[in-house]
Amino acid sequence: MSQPSKVYGLLAEFETPAGVYHACETVRDAGYTRWDSLTPFPVHGLDKAMGLKRSPLPWVTLVMGLTGASSAMALQWWVGAIEYKMVISGKPLFAWQPSIPITFELGVIFAVFGTLFGLLHLCRLPRFHHPLFSSARFDRVTDDRFFIAIESDDPKYDPIATRSLLESAGASAVELVEDRDEG
Amino acid sequence: MSSHEHTASLLDQVARPATGYDPVGGRDPLVTDRADFASITNDVCGVIERKPPVGWWVFFLISLGLLGLLGLSLAVLVYEGTGVWGINSPVGWGWAIVNFVFWVGIGHAGTLISAVLFLFRQKWRTGINRFAEAMTIFAVVCALLFPTIHVGRIWLLHYVFPIPNQMGAWPNFRSPLLWDVFAVSIYGTTSILFWYIGLIPDLATMRDRAKSKIAQRVYGAFALGWRGSTRHWQHYEVAYLLLAGLATPLVLSVHSIVSFDFAVSQLPGWHTTIFPPYFVAGAIFSGFAMVMNLVILARWAFKLEHIFTMKHLENMARVILLTGSMVGYAYAMEFFIAWYSGNPNESFAFINRAFGNYAWAYWIMMSCNVISPQIFWFKKARNNVFILFVVSVFVNIGMWFERFVITVTSLSRDFLPASWDYYSPTIWDISTFLGSFGLFGTLMCLFIRFVPQIAIAEIKTVLPAADPHGDPAAHKSHGTVEGAH
Repeated sequence: MSQPSKVYGLLAEFETPAGVYHACETVRDAGYTRWDSLTPFPVHGLDKAMGLKRSPLPWVTLVMGLTGASSAMALQWWVGAIEYKMVISGKPLFAWQPSIPITFELGVIFAVFGTLFGLLHLCRLPRFHHPLFSSARFDRVTDDRFFIAIESDDPKYDPIATRSLLESAGASAVELVEDRDEG
Repeated sequence: MSSHEHTASLLDQVARPATGYDPVGGRDPLVTDRADFASITNDVCGVIERKPPVGWWVFFLISLGLLGLLGLSLAVLVYEGTGVWGINSPVGWGWAIVNFVFWVGIGHAGTLISAVLFLFRQKWRTGINRFAEAMTIFAVVCALLFPTIHVGRIWLLHYVFPIPNQMGAWPNFRSPLLWDVFAVSIYGTTSILFWYIGLIPDLATMRDRAKSKIAQRVYGAFALGWRGSTRHWQHYEVAYLLLAGLATPLVLSVHSIVSFDFAVSQLPGWHTTIFPPYFVAGAIFSGFAMVMNLVILARWAFKLEHIFTMKHLENMARVILLTGSMVGYAYAMEFFIAWYSGNPNESFAFINRAFGNYAWAYWIMMSCNVISPQIFWFKKARNNVFILFVVSVFVNIGMWFERFVITVTSLSRDFLPASWDYYSPTIWDISTFLGSFGLFGTLMCLFIRFVPQIAIAEIKTVLPAADPHGDPAAHKSHGTVEGAH
């Protein structure tokens, strides 16, 4: 059952947004790829300091919104003009003008759900177990501490060189994190 | 509390950012008194972790009592039918619709503060957005209750949705009443999701601070395993912006569509094109007044004056003044158009409103909505918590009467004098309305008790120390002292 524990990587703690920001630039410039920074709030510009690409989420929202709007228009046309023809106050069976409110509303709700599920998918959440949660220090990531985690399967990872890189980048503490239950 | 004092005394040693350092360019700081990440977390989470103050129990028990009254009123309604209400012919829309429009109007402020002010980069929204969003959701819950029960046979409610059924019948998509079903339910859903996505990082904070296993599990489950990864924050911030962009036209559409319930009909007094913008302005007006009342109570009960600052209250007072004046303009314009149209029915409807059998309601509306907020022209009044509270109560009373005036006066005096009648509520109308405050209050009390009422992660971003390019000296000394404990 219990496998020998594997090293997840190194976790470095920083005390200020500025500290983690400059350290991210250092790690990025050193050429690491499998690493992350973890902060209590979105530190302005940190994604750029890490060299991340833009989020593709708006495309998901757009496609879902258009799907919702066109489905709504199609539903109202099919019900009014095909399936359930009923003349009310002499109005046409289908017209686009009175169909706008529901078209808009359904477009919005599809886009909202698309954004929610797109966000969860891009973040690979929910994920309740993560090696980093085993670090007691890491509890403060949702309070007032800033972290950088470099994974051991990064091609440039080296137990000694990576640790000294993080320390020289201003980390107040660096610790080894083990990966207990995932292979 | 000891941890609180501990933090406070620590903070005294912490080198604070230079006085007058300003996160939003030349204006007052958004968080006064202390400026530190840990103290924000402690102050906000402490409200949940400490025992609730006596005031909370008082509000909660009163709300629970009223919620019981709501349960009783609904049981009587379902058992007896809508005949227990005061509705008659021709006034088929009584308090149920008045209350619906009242609550859905209140439910606009949250999204307006969260989404519209977010898009306009009004950073002062950060202190109050969570609270206002929660209020929005609970107000929409109360709003949805009334159309649900006013159909009479609520076991047939599913006919309002386009669901294939045994009769092969479909709803009428050309009716504004159906647009309303979509608009309000979608607005409610969007508000809940927007609120929840904003909550995820703060639920993770609660998880990481939780002492009991149950709290850790429950907060942990809702936090979805959030760990503050920048790769996540990047998508998260885009998602938040997108949702704000979607919620902004949505919030404007909802009360417009509610106003179509009236405006698309042919009744004098209802059939006017001014209704959508006028309803939206009224919704913002009443919503901000309700937020004002609740925020004043919460900052007093939980000692959060440094986060819900006077700046927030003053800004809300300005919005109330602006939207109140817009509503006043709309009242005047309705009268002008009634005269200018030369339509005798239209003119009669408006003269009847002001001087007819419901003149008392009309003048309550006018004095509460148009006259009382004018006091906010004075800075002294905008900075006096008592005046802010009282005027906000007046605004909510006035806005309830506005919906009453619109709904009832036009119906009670329709085209045929032989069918005219006077409408007055019964005890069950009144108990259902009071009961809806119980539902609202209970949900609000539970929210304050179990959910961070201030967006912790977000408010940290407006602290001076959050800027990675800020004054490095301030950061360094801040870090050293913090690191010592």
